[in-house]
Amino acid sequence: MSFWLTEEQEAIREGVQRVCDGFTDEFWRETDATGTFPEPFVAQMAAGGWLGAAMPECYGGAGLGLTEASIVMQTVAQSGAGFSGASAIHLNIFGPMPIVKFGTDWQKQTYLPPIISGQDKMCFAVTEPNSGLDTSSLETRAERTNDGYRINGRKIWTTSAQRANKIILIARTTPKDQVRKPTEGLSLFYTDFDRGRIEAKPIPKMGRRAVECNTLFIDDLHVPKEALIGEEGQGFKYLLQGLNPERVLFAVEAIGLGRAAIAKAAQYAKERIVFGRPIGQNQGVQHPLAKSWAELEAANLLAFKAAALYDAGKECGAEANAAKYLGAEAGFHACEAAVLAHGGMGYAREYDVERYFREAMIARIAPVSREMILNFIAERVLGLPKSY
Amino acid sequence: MKVLVPVKRVIDYNVKVRVKPDQSGVDLANVKMSMNPFDEIATEEAVRMKEKGAATEVVVVSIGPQPAQETIRTALAMGADRGLLIQTDQTVEPLAVAKLLKAVVEQEQPGLVIMGKQAIDDDNNATGQMLAALLDWPQATFASKIELNGASAANVTREVDGGLQTLEVQLPAIVTADLRLNEPRYASLPNIMKAKKKPIDVKSPGDFGVDITPRLKVSKVTEPPKRQGGVKVESVADLVMRLKNEAGVL
Repeated sequence: MSFWLTEEQEAIREGVQRVCDGFTDEFWRETDATGTFPEPFVAQMAAGGWLGAAMPECYGGAGLGLTEASIVMQTVAQSGAGFSGASAIHLNIFGPMPIVKFGTDWQKQTYLPPIISGQDKMCFAVTEPNSGLDTSSLETRAERTNDGYRINGRKIWTTSAQRANKIILIARTTPKDQVRKPTEGLSLFYTDFDRGRIEAKPIPKMGRRAVECNTLFIDDLHVPKEALIGEEGQGFKYLLQGLNPERVLFAVEAIGLGRAAIAKAAQYAKERIVFGRPIGQNQGVQHPLAKSWAELEAANLLAFKAAALYDAGKECGAEANAAKYLGAEAGFHACEAAVLAHGGMGYAREYDVERYFREAMIARIAPVSREMILNFIAERVLGLPKSY
Repeated sequence: MKVLVPVKRVIDYNVKVRVKPDQSGVDLANVKMSMNPFDEIATEEAVRMKEKGAATEVVVVSIGPQPAQETIRTALAMGADRGLLIQTDQTVEPLAVAKLLKAVVEQEQPGLVIMGKQAIDDDNNATGQMLAALLDWPQATFASKIELNGASAANVTREVDGGLQTLEVQLPAIVTADLRLNEPRYASLPNIMKAKKKPIDVKSPGDFGVDITPRLKVSKVTEPPKRQGGVKVESVADLVMRLKNEAGVL
């Protein structure tokens, strides 16, 4: 782990920055106002090869680690694209990892290249209305047929399902009462998003209108045997392996968004003249922004430490969780400070910080709540008894 | 045909430069450095020639301190094939650069040299012309368009004061790139990865037998005077009066 970027990481940051430079604040404001998916942005990120940053080289990726993927995603969020930009590509970065790690050669050769090139657009369906973070209680069922499986159930908060032509989903293949542990008997599938069998309803929500979230109703979806990733019944274990990178990415994205917010606020505070001098000359305006900077940078150190541990193949659960917690909180507080520094203008869409503020809530809630993170640290790091 | 592209590591064009307190030069400590934008345009043009099959190899050369390797790496990520760094921490003036480049040209035997018309740090706009003179090669400066006629000649459109001028130059020649020649690409991730594996040769000025001792002495560097704020005039008559009496332009 290093405290600064290597020459190659700097080139990555600059490469992504150059793509982002082509997408102005007006662009992101417009996608948020109209709920339009930022297709041109995703197309350019795909053309630059950025979607495959962490995918293996032999399938068209760059074979880089979580550290580099974090640099890519943070640069996107920090450019002013925020979660509207980051969430539009977030899933491509580590989402296909179960296929990479547990798929057969045939599955990898068939499924990965079109995801990396941006041709296949996938969504990831885990959470359910009746199970939430208690994944082992999920109710979606996959029953064996002669040539594959038949899937029925409901999913919620599935991002980008309107646009996807592929879906990774987890379903119970063995009923809970027939397995030794509730986490067994769940299986992962990667298959076509068959709109005749899956109905996706967008959920009207607080922010990030550009990238929709959905409720899915899955009704007799037939999938072939080749859709099963890895062994039947081991899906939960596969899913767990992706949790830590996911947390790190959320952390760095939230930190990027927070940095964008305080940069806007500092700029405004320099230019806005009240009582004959810039408002940024007042400590009452300076200190919340300075404090945010300090909180963001501290969270960032932990996030990149977690990424370095992950890339070195070391245990990083505590660090990744804590980084997600700190990053999301720091990002949110930075956005709040930025809105307040703008005064009335902070409430106006034209100044962008209200959009950041709404988006900053995402990382506080997803992919895991603050409370569950603290539970995890209390139990696993401090050795306290499990509370739930 | 081999194309040689000299590139220079300069202060990034976005950075607001500060003069050192002792006025001996510009403060370079902790300042972001990048490839000279005109050299980026030159690299892009060479890479496009290679992509069209008109060039067989694009070689990038830089003269400067060790971190200039990063600048070469940027050009390699854009699509150039290999790099050469002539490493020195000394100030290298345009004539010394031209002499070093002449030595590189003699070694590499390129069919064409494309370089930025000037570097944005010292704005000399001299090296291309000096190199052409030293080699006794044709030169076409301030190019906004380059059309190759096989490997023997090129039509180069130049941006001159009165408009556009088109020259035909016999190859090998020196062409210097102006702003509108092309829009340089962004390095893609796969190309950044490939660039890591491309070779960069490191040499010293001594290896080419060139004496780079500066001949010029900087006596003082100052910041431009602060611009005075404008005034609003009340009427057209007032404007005309002020242009006549105060500005003295009428």
